[in-house]
Amino acid sequence: MVAAAAREIRDGEVVFVGMRLPMLAFLVARRTHASRAVGLFENGIIRETPSTQLLYTMGDPPNIFEATQCGQMLDVMGLLQQGRVNVGFLGAAEIDRFGNLNTTWGHRNNEMQRLPGSGGACDIACLARRTVVLLAHDRGRLTDRVGHITSPGFGTGGGWRHSHGLPPASGPSAVITTLGVLRFGHDTEAFLSSVHPGISVEEVLANTGWTLRVADELIETKPPTEAELDVMRELDLHHFWTR
Amino acid sequence: MTPESKLESKLMSMRDAIAQHVPSGSMILMGAQLEQMIPFAAGHELIRQGRRDLTLVGPISDILFDQMIGAGCVSRVMAAWVGNVSAGVGYCYRRAIERNIPRRLEVVDYSNFTFALALHAGAIGIPFMPTYATLGSDLLKKNGNLREFASPVSEETLVAVRALRPDVAILHVQRADAQGNAHLWGSLGVAVDGARASRKIIIVAEEIVDPAIISSDPNRTLVPGFLVSAVVHEPGGAHPSPVQGYAARDHAFFEEYHERSRRVEDFEDWLSHWVLHLPDRREYWKQLGPARTDALAVKKHAFSAAADFGY
Repeated sequence: MVAAAAREIRDGEVVFVGMRLPMLAFLVARRTHASRAVGLFENGIIRETPSTQLLYTMGDPPNIFEATQCGQMLDVMGLLQQGRVNVGFLGAAEIDRFGNLNTTWGHRNNEMQRLPGSGGACDIACLARRTVVLLAHDRGRLTDRVGHITSPGFGTGGGWRHSHGLPPASGPSAVITTLGVLRFGHDTEAFLSSVHPGISVEEVLANTGWTLRVADELIETKPPTEAELDVMRELDLHHFWTR
Repeated sequence: MTPESKLESKLMSMRDAIAQHVPSGSMILMGAQLEQMIPFAAGHELIRQGRRDLTLVGPISDILFDQMIGAGCVSRVMAAWVGNVSAGVGYCYRRAIERNIPRRLEVVDYSNFTFALALHAGAIGIPFMPTYATLGSDLLKKNGNLREFASPVSEETLVAVRALRPDVAILHVQRADAQGNAHLWGSLGVAVDGARASRKIIIVAEEIVDPAIISSDPNRTLVPGFLVSAVVHEPGGAHPSPVQGYAARDHAFFEEYHERSRRVEDFEDWLSHWVLHLPDRREYWKQLGPARTDALAVKKHAFSAAADFGY
């Protein structure tokens, strides 16, 4: 998952880095194929040289030590709104077939559960040129329609983003799950683009809450390279985020 | 220190600062620097003094808002995210919203950007700031302080984010002088706008320094003292959140809180142990014990190069 996420970052790109696995993905990308990627954090931090310490939060002191810049939240959000952020990473409790995300209301055993909320996710979903979503693949989380749109994807599909005034070059690009990678077709609906090694298409479909389309040229996700694994082992010493 | 500056000293205890400047019903900005420098000592004093009907505003707040909600101090939260950043959900927050325990809680959901813009509008004295953020989201539908409007200068729809003017901002900083001129560095978040947007500011500082130290580096003075109502010298007042150059983040404390706030009875024990049965931050620090506080101390200092302000 982390390796697949890291590969969504191209060299030289400006990346809005989230917490947890996306943070690890950014570090892996920087140390492997994307050594010139720049990381933006919503607390105002910009880093060209990633911290080598395990981070629990973006505000951890090692993420500030030797940063490129420590500005204000508005500084980095302003760059995001200008369209200068190539890719933003997001997590979600729920995602639907058009890539809309819910991190506000969950449900378990028919009871509504209040979740923490947007943080910067809604901003990134609205304004980043591409967004990449990471979540565990399970039927309850990949659902036909999210109950609450915390962070908009393609809405109800087609020209929905445009009609709501969102920037033309923006929107979901990939959904990386524990089973595979979903991408979005010209009609803006998600399809299964690759399955992780050892995972069957049937398993993916059975764990998705809508009839997921499958790419004609479905491929197997390339397993992590030794170089990628090395970085993960080095940075995530206690398997805090990848356990 | 000159005689004038002594006259203007705003130094006081945390107890007095909260008693004098933060009545029940206040709208309070806390956690402006996101995961760093969260004013836990001030929050705990608000709990001890039994404040009620507070409106808490802050982008993410980490576990401070959760504790104050669980203690029954809060009737409304205006935030982008409420929970436990490294451990997950905030159980007191959930209990309040889902089951009105210990009391009903109104939540006004923002995104981080719209929250920052609300403070920016307040800071520069205008009624709103425009943005594309939240278009198409349910935040826009449900938060009455976010309103769509047609741009007067282009053919576009934008969101107007209504200005926020908190009654008081409580900011933990690295160092300040007795007038409240404050140096802070590292994670700034929304602290600069948040301070200017608020009607009063309480500065909580790791160190109180001579005004000459502050004026030696005026770019680092992010809060000017003339806006400040009170200055509290409270080293360690941000624990368990980190303070760049002063303290690491106590990750284990967040994890422990996560476990001990899962059930309401356990949370009440936690609150009693860490807040209600302690008179002040000094005793809290003693209760943490030297093994823990020593482990959080800075292991390797990293001073910036001096900037030459000469002419």
